[in-house]
Amino acid sequence: MVMHKNGDSNSSSVSEPAWVRCLLITTALGFLALFLLLPLAAVFVEALDKGWQAYLAALQEPDTLAAIWLTLLTAVCCVPANLFFGVVAAWAIAKFSFPGKSLLITLIDLPFSVSPVVSGLIYVLIFGLQGWFGPWLQAHGIKIIFAVPGIVLATVFVTFPFVARELIPLMESQGRDEEEAALTLGASGLQTFFRVTFPNIKWGILYGVILCNARAMGEFGAVSVVSGHVRGSTNTIPLQVEILYNEYSYAAAFAVASLLALLALVTLAIKTVAEWKIRQVLSAAEAKPETEREPCYER
Amino acid sequence: MSIEVDGVSKHFGLFAALSDVSLKVLSGELVALLGPSGSGKTSLLRIIAGLETPDSGRILFNGEEATRRQVQERKVGFVFQHYALFRHMTVFDNIAFGLTVKPKKSRPGKEEIRDKVYSLLKLIQLEQLSDRYPGQLSGGQRQRVALARALAVEPQVLLLDEPFGSLDAKVRLELRRWLRRLHDEIHATSVFVTHDQEEALEVADRIVVMNQGRIEQQGTPAEVYDRPATPFVFDFLGNVNLFQGRVNEGAAQGGMVLDMPVDYQI
Repeated sequence: MVMHKNGDSNSSSVSEPAWVRCLLITTALGFLALFLLLPLAAVFVEALDKGWQAYLAALQEPDTLAAIWLTLLTAVCCVPANLFFGVVAAWAIAKFSFPGKSLLITLIDLPFSVSPVVSGLIYVLIFGLQGWFGPWLQAHGIKIIFAVPGIVLATVFVTFPFVARELIPLMESQGRDEEEAALTLGASGLQTFFRVTFPNIKWGILYGVILCNARAMGEFGAVSVVSGHVRGSTNTIPLQVEILYNEYSYAAAFAVASLLALLALVTLAIKTVAEWKIRQVLSAAEAKPETEREPCYER
Repeated sequence: MSIEVDGVSKHFGLFAALSDVSLKVLSGELVALLGPSGSGKTSLLRIIAGLETPDSGRILFNGEEATRRQVQERKVGFVFQHYALFRHMTVFDNIAFGLTVKPKKSRPGKEEIRDKVYSLLKLIQLEQLSDRYPGQLSGGQRQRVALARALAVEPQVLLLDEPFGSLDAKVRLELRRWLRRLHDEIHATSVFVTHDQEEALEVADRIVVMNQGRIEQQGTPAEVYDRPATPFVFDFLGNVNLFQGRVNEGAAQGGMVLDMPVDYQI
């Protein structure tokens, strides 16, 4: 700490000297530019290397179109499923106490701590030909592994925590008071959810959905294990990028990759807005007049 | 509407919040549940409202069994300690909420709801703030909005959890007199929870003193103040001086000698 002779303002007397600040900021920004902005720029530069015509043509390849279609289909299946599960789980965890609650919280986090490759492998072990249900599924002509259902299942597993993880702290901070007030005023359970709970958590839901969607579209590891890489039928965008790259069609690979990069940028923008809104909601929650709360066993 | 609490017990884990509590509140009465924190008064209020279910015992409204009735069916007005206003709704929408969630056949029309809300806003003297959000109000204003919201559905029972707990001393004094007048106007049966002796003594028709999940004493303010039934009530109700001494031949002897009061019996 540096003491200023005239005892300047408080903030300058406790902050670092100018050169330290400059060094820290430059290092942080330099790191960011080198490892994040440069690769992002490279994607677009490489993608447009052979001009707009080649870029658009690469995106219109039948196999690529099929990959885009499959990716969208996967996201459309996964996001609503995890949205529903996330809201239900967060509701249960934040508003009620029940046996096994901490176990449920731990389980929700599981997909984050397991390697995506393992997540894919689990489904091969369960539904694959040598797996538990493999023979039965084959006998009934149902294909899960190396087909679209397997891809959807693996993606659901990987993107499982996003909505729930975002909503649990938000709903816990808001407590149960408003819902109880709605009930005493005669509102039914559904009315309470849609008119009181939902408006308070909608930005949190958007945040979770946006992250869930980004991961669902971008997931490589788990999908790679269960997809079987059948061109034009079980390749998602990330897998298509890998195939194109391995075939030395760099411009096409980067063109397809640029779609994912664009998705990332849009996600980032929406995420920033949602974060800002959530902070507003949380600060409104904290603004309630504070006195000592009754101890919780009174509630 | 009269309320009867009959032998109610409630445990939270190992903690006994209420043990075998029985209480009668007559129709139109204003009753204070008074006690230190952890004495079970809030739990009792929440059980009457239906927000908590008792482990054993019964709740009767007008002599009818109501223990298993849902919160929504009990039609009680509940004012929460921290008001629990809907933060994303304006003052107007907060007060109108109870009317707008009614089933279609009993729901009043838009005009009727508007009139009702404005008459309540007039009652709480906040007509000019109808389109504010709760975050933009002071504590006292929020408290009054919470009351108006509860009153909109015309409950026969009004339950208030520490209604003045989070307000500063001056606002608290004004609001509790206002509450007393309001109670006399609307003819509801009201129960409020407080840990403030003065508040209970000034506002309530009857005081129920609670401690450790049991009722220590109930009676009019004068009764509990003048004739405390237990040492706890005596200690809790006011700043008291406790003298200790021995009684010998009609005189208490401690640091000094005091004659026994004439009507005192041991």
